[in-house]
Amino acid sequence: MTIPNQIAITPELVAAHGLKPDEYQRILDLIGREPTFTELGIFSAMWNEHCSYKSSKRWLRTLPTKGPRVIQGPGENAGVVDIDDGDCVVFKMESHNHPSYIEPYQGAATGVGGILRDVFTMGARPIAAMNALRFGAPDHPKTRHLVSGVVSGVGGYGNSFGVPTVGGEVEFDSRYNGNILVNAFAAGLAKSDAIFYSKAEGVGLPVVYLGAKTGRDGVGGATMASAEFDESIEEKRPTVQVGDPFTEKCLLEACLELMATGAVIAIQDMGAAGLTCSAVEMGAKGDLGIELDLDKVPVREERMTAYEMMLSESQERMLMVLRPEKEEVAKAIFVKWGLDFAIVGKTTDDLRFRILHEGEEVANLPIKELGDEAPEYDRPWQPSVTRPALPADKVAAPADYNDALLKLVGSPNQSSRRWVYEQYDTLIQGNSLQLPGGDAGVVRVEGHASKALAFSSDVTPRYVEADPIEGGKQAVAECWRNITATGAEPLAATDNLNFGNPEKPEIMGQLVGAIQGIGEACRALDFPIVSGNVSLYNETNGVAILPTPTIAGVGLLPDWSKMARIGTAKDGDVLIMIGIDGSHLGSSIYLRDIVGSTEGPAPEVDLKAERRHGDFVRGLIRNSQVTACHDISSGGLLLALAEMAMASKKGAKISLGECKGLPHALLFGEDQARYVIAVPADLANFVCASAESAGVPFRQLGNVGGTALQVDDLVNVEVTRLVDAHEDWFPTFMA
Amino acid sequence: MKSAVVQLPGLNRDRDMIAALTRISGQAPVAVWQTETDIPDVDLIVIPGGFSYGDYLRCGAIAARMPVMEAIRRKAEAGVKVLGVCNGFQILVEAGMLPGALMRNASLKFVCKEIKLEVVNADTDFTRAYETGQIIRCPVAHHDGNYFVESETLKSLEDNNQIVFRYAEGTNPNGSLSDIAGVVNKRGNVLGMMPHPENLIEAAHGGNDGRGIFASALEVVAAA
Repeated sequence: MTIPNQIAITPELVAAHGLKPDEYQRILDLIGREPTFTELGIFSAMWNEHCSYKSSKRWLRTLPTKGPRVIQGPGENAGVVDIDDGDCVVFKMESHNHPSYIEPYQGAATGVGGILRDVFTMGARPIAAMNALRFGAPDHPKTRHLVSGVVSGVGGYGNSFGVPTVGGEVEFDSRYNGNILVNAFAAGLAKSDAIFYSKAEGVGLPVVYLGAKTGRDGVGGATMASAEFDESIEEKRPTVQVGDPFTEKCLLEACLELMATGAVIAIQDMGAAGLTCSAVEMGAKGDLGIELDLDKVPVREERMTAYEMMLSESQERMLMVLRPEKEEVAKAIFVKWGLDFAIVGKTTDDLRFRILHEGEEVANLPIKELGDEAPEYDRPWQPSVTRPALPADKVAAPADYNDALLKLVGSPNQSSRRWVYEQYDTLIQGNSLQLPGGDAGVVRVEGHASKALAFSSDVTPRYVEADPIEGGKQAVAECWRNITATGAEPLAATDNLNFGNPEKPEIMGQLVGAIQGIGEACRALDFPIVSGNVSLYNETNGVAILPTPTIAGVGLLPDWSKMARIGTAKDGDVLIMIGIDGSHLGSSIYLRDIVGSTEGPAPEVDLKAERRHGDFVRGLIRNSQVTACHDISSGGLLLALAEMAMASKKGAKISLGECKGLPHALLFGEDQARYVIAVPADLANFVCASAESAGVPFRQLGNVGGTALQVDDLVNVEVTRLVDAHEDWFPTFMA
Repeated sequence: MKSAVVQLPGLNRDRDMIAALTRISGQAPVAVWQTETDIPDVDLIVIPGGFSYGDYLRCGAIAARMPVMEAIRRKAEAGVKVLGVCNGFQILVEAGMLPGALMRNASLKFVCKEIKLEVVNADTDFTRAYETGQIIRCPVAHHDGNYFVESETLKSLEDNNQIVFRYAEGTNPNGSLSDIAGVVNKRGNVLGMMPHPENLIEAAHGGNDGRGIFASALEVVAAA
C-alpha cells in the first residue's frame, strides 16, 4: 500500500497528527496555503512536545548552562565539558518512556541506542552509560514483565555495543503503573579541538545519508510520545522502533574513522522524527536550505511514501554534510563497515526545505521557521500546595528497630539492585573503577595516568511531589553529593524532566517549581546543566506519574588512586557523621515503608551547607584521610551505616550519645547535606578539629568492627542477616 | 614475543585485549581485519570478545566463516598459539577448532560478574604462570557461555587434560557441563575460554589474576 501525497487535509487528520486547531492555523499563516500530506507530517514531527519543547522552553531558559569548563551547553546533540589536558567529556540523558511501556525490550534498547548516538555524533567514544528506571508497584500485574523486558533491552543494546553501564536507579511506585520511566544516560570522551556539530556550512555541498536503511518502524514515534495513554495503547506498538546494536557499533567505528579524516563538516544523528528533524536542524543552524531526493534514500521496504520516509524513526542512521573532495575516502570507510552510504541531497542558499520524491516536489517549506516558529506556550500553572510540617514526635517510633532496619534493607526500593546490574556489562573497556552499588560509578580516562570520571543519576520523586522546588534542589544536591562522596569534583549535569500533562495547571506547576529548584541548586553548587530532555504527558487515564526530574551528573577525579568507596572501612576506623543530626521524617522512606504514610513536607535543602559539607569531605578524601565514605539519603543515617556495613562485610558499634533528638528521627531522618565517613582512629581527632574550624557540623558515631551493626541498645543485627535480606528481594520478586 | 588481535565487526573487547597485551608484553599487537587472508608472523593470535555480526545467528557462526579464519587455522596448524576469549571461544568452537558448543546461559540472561576459576591444567602454553589446582579470580560477561559436549568427547577432554579452567567454589555462572570454563585443543596451542582475563590485569582492575594467561602465552615473567 502506498499513501499518496494528495490526501485531503481534514480537521480530523490534523488532530490525528497531534496538532491543535490554533497550531494548524499557525501553519496556514506561515506558508500561505494548505500543506501537503507530507508537509503536515513534517510539521507534526517538528512541533510536537518532544521535539519543540513548546511547554517547557520558557522555563528551561532559566537554567544555568554556562561555566568555566562548559564547551557546549544545551542545543546540540549532547553537552561538552572540559576535563583538562585537551580532553572533554560529552554527555546527555534522554527518556524513552512511552515506547518502553508499549514494547519494553525494544523501547529500552533503542533508548540506549539513541543516547549513545547522540554522544558519538559529536565525535566522542562512549565510555560510560547509566539508566534511571522507574516501574509501577511490584504487585501490579504488568510490573515484572516490564522490568524483565526493560532490563534485558538495556543490557541487550549496551552490552553488544560495548559500553560499560556504571550506575543508575531502579525504583517502584504505584504512580508509575500506567507509565514507566526509562531515562538513558551516556558519556563519551573526545578531544576538545575535535568536537563535531550539526551546523551545516557551505552551499551546494553533498548531504550524505549513512548507516542503516530506512524502514516503516517508528513512523510518528515522537508524536506518540507527546500524548497521554489510554486503553488503545496496544495499537501503538508499530510506533516503537527496533534496535540493532551491531549496526550501531559499526556506525560508531565508521563515524570516528571518518571524522579523523577531516571529511565531516556537519553531522546529525537521526533520532526522534528521523530524517525530518536531522535535515532541518543542520540547515536551520547553518542558515542554509536543504534539498533531499528521497529516491536516493536507502530503504529496506518497498514502495515507501515520502511521508513514511520523512517520519520513519528507523535506528542507527546519520546525516552528514561532507567535503566533496573526501567523498571517496568516506565511502570506502562505510563500505568497510558494511554500512549504507548515499548522497541524498545538497545544501542550498534559499533557506527552503525541499523534498523530492519520484520526480515530484512533495514538500517545500521555510526551513528556519520550521524550528524557530514552533509554538511556544506560557501554560497556566499553579504552585503546589505547601504541606504542613510533620514534627518527628508526631511520627511513631518503630516497635523494633532491628525489624524496621531488616524490612527497609530488604524492601522493593532499598534492596540490592544486583539482579539488574549483573545483566549489564559493567567491565567492558577495562576502565571501570567503581561499579554499580556504591555512591557513583567511576571510570578512568584512557590515555591518562591518573584521571577518572565519576557519574551519578538521582532524583527523589516523592520529595518533588511534596514540594517541587525543594525536590528539584534535592535531586541536584544528591547527585552532586554522590559524586563528591568518591572525592570527585562535580563538573556539570544533564536533566531529564519527566512529568504528566502540562495542560493541567497543577502539573505545569510541578514542572515550573522543579525547574526553579534545579536552577537554584545548580547555581549554588556551580553545577551547570549542559544538556537534557523533557518528557511530558506521562499520564494514563488522567493519572500522572510522580514528578520525576532526573539529574545525571559528571565529576572529575584528578587522581583515582585517592578516590573513596563505600565498602573499604577497616576494623577500628572511627565513623563520623558530617552534617546535622537527623530530624526530618516528612516524606521519608521510614514514614512510607514502616509507618505507611506519604505525608509531610520534603526535607529542606540548605545549599550553602551542602556545598560547605561536600567541599570539606572532598578535601579529606583527597588528603587520603578517609578510608570509606557514603552519603546519607533515603532511609537516613541507619540505612547509610547498614549499606556501608554490607559493602565492607564489617560491623560497627555506634552510639547516639552525642546526638540530640528522638532516636527514630536521628536514625531515619532524611535531612540533607550529610555523609558518613570512616577515618583511621589516629586521624579522628584531627578530622573533627578540621570540621570544627571549617564550620562543618559533625558527630563521632563509633567504630568499625565485629560482625554486627549495633546502635546503643536499639539495633543489633548481624551483617550477614542484613546482606541476606538486602540481596534476597529482587531475585525472589523476579523468580 | 609478538601478538595479533583479530578485528571483526561487532567484536567489542578488542580494545581491552590490545591494551592488556600492550601492557603485559610492552609491545602493541598487530590488528588483523576480518578480510585479511594472511596473518603476519606472530607467536600469539587472539580472537577477543564481543558480538561478532551481532550474534544474530548462533554466536560466532558467521565470524567462523570469514576469510581470516582460514588464515588462523593455517597458523594454528603450524603451531602458532591461538587464544579465543568469550565470543572468540564461541568462534573457535563454530570454526571446529575446539570441541563442544556454547549454549545460552542456564539463567537465559546475560551475566557480568566476578567468578572463581580453578586452573585445572597448568601445564599448557597459556597457564604456566599458574599452578595446577590454583584458584584465581576472573570476571565473566556473556549471554551464551553454557558449555556442552557429549559424554564421549567430555571423557576424551578429561583424559587428554584438555580442560584448562573450571568454575570453582560454586560460581558456575551459566550452567556449563562439568563447570568447564576453558578448553584447549589436543595439540595444546588453541585455548578457548569464556571468562575475561584481560579485564583483571592491573591495580585499576582491582587485581591481576588474569595476567598469568598472557604472561604464559607471551613467555614473559608474570609480574606480581
